[in-house]
Amino acid sequence: MDLGILWYLVPSVLMFACGVYGFVTRKNLIAILISLELMLNAADLNFVAFNRYLFPGQMEGMMFTLFAIAIAAAETAIAIAIIINIYRAVGNTDINEIKKMKF
Amino acid sequence: MDSVGNIILYVIVALSMIVFSFMSVTSRKILRSATYLLFVLLSTAVFYFQLGYQFLGAVQIAVYAGGIMVLFVFSILLTHRPDDKSGKIDSHRKVAGVCGSVLGAALLLFALLTMPVTAAGTSLTEVLSAGSSISMADIGHTLLGTDKFHYLLPFEAVSVLLLACIIGGVVVARKR
Repeated sequence: MDLGILWYLVPSVLMFACGVYGFVTRKNLIAILISLELMLNAADLNFVAFNRYLFPGQMEGMMFTLFAIAIAAAETAIAIAIIINIYRAVGNTDINEIKKMKF
Repeated sequence: MDSVGNIILYVIVALSMIVFSFMSVTSRKILRSATYLLFVLLSTAVFYFQLGYQFLGAVQIAVYAGGIMVLFVFSILLTHRPDDKSGKIDSHRKVAGVCGSVLGAALLLFALLTMPVTAAGTSLTEVLSAGSSISMADIGHTLLGTDKFHYLLPFEAVSVLLLACIIGGVVVARKR
């Protein structure tokens, strides 16, 4: 039995689908952020798998994943700062309660 | 032909990745879903190690499982009571979520299975021996070089981004 490229891409597809499901159904801002991390992580895994199987001599996919991890960290820090600020202003982190800037 | 150990490791890690990512989006206690997300990130790190990217796996554990998870846990503890449970999901939202994710996954899987490049099955052992192993020196030269396929400019851009992120985080979250 061989571990081909599909063996790494299929779990990543399923992880991405879980992220989409959570992004649509969850109502808590932090839970939405967690689903977002799942989707980002699936994309990172795809970069690495394609790099290893299609271009084993190069390291572009790895570099993209490195930068993606750095940018994801920055984005999460800012998002959590905003969420804590919303909690101070509104009193919870439910998206149904945050309507002031909706329309 | 891959070794049996590699395949067993793969099966365990892939199963835990899928199961924990499903549990992290369906669990009704937010701290539990953060913990399941941590398990998903660690399984991804194991995949990186298995694919031969040791540095990337270490970065994944240090930045994601270390840094981002601490941020998540702190913000959850700041904004939730320990016994908080999220309410039931309304049915139209659930239908939308299931439709979107299942249709999207089906489309992606169809595209993957019909793509000619993935139909050719090369084994992990083959590709690992085909590519030379990546040393820390290679990574450093690639990050800080200015030739083709080198990444000095994005590296500097990321450093500016992180500075902006620090300032933005302080400004947004400070007390007024």
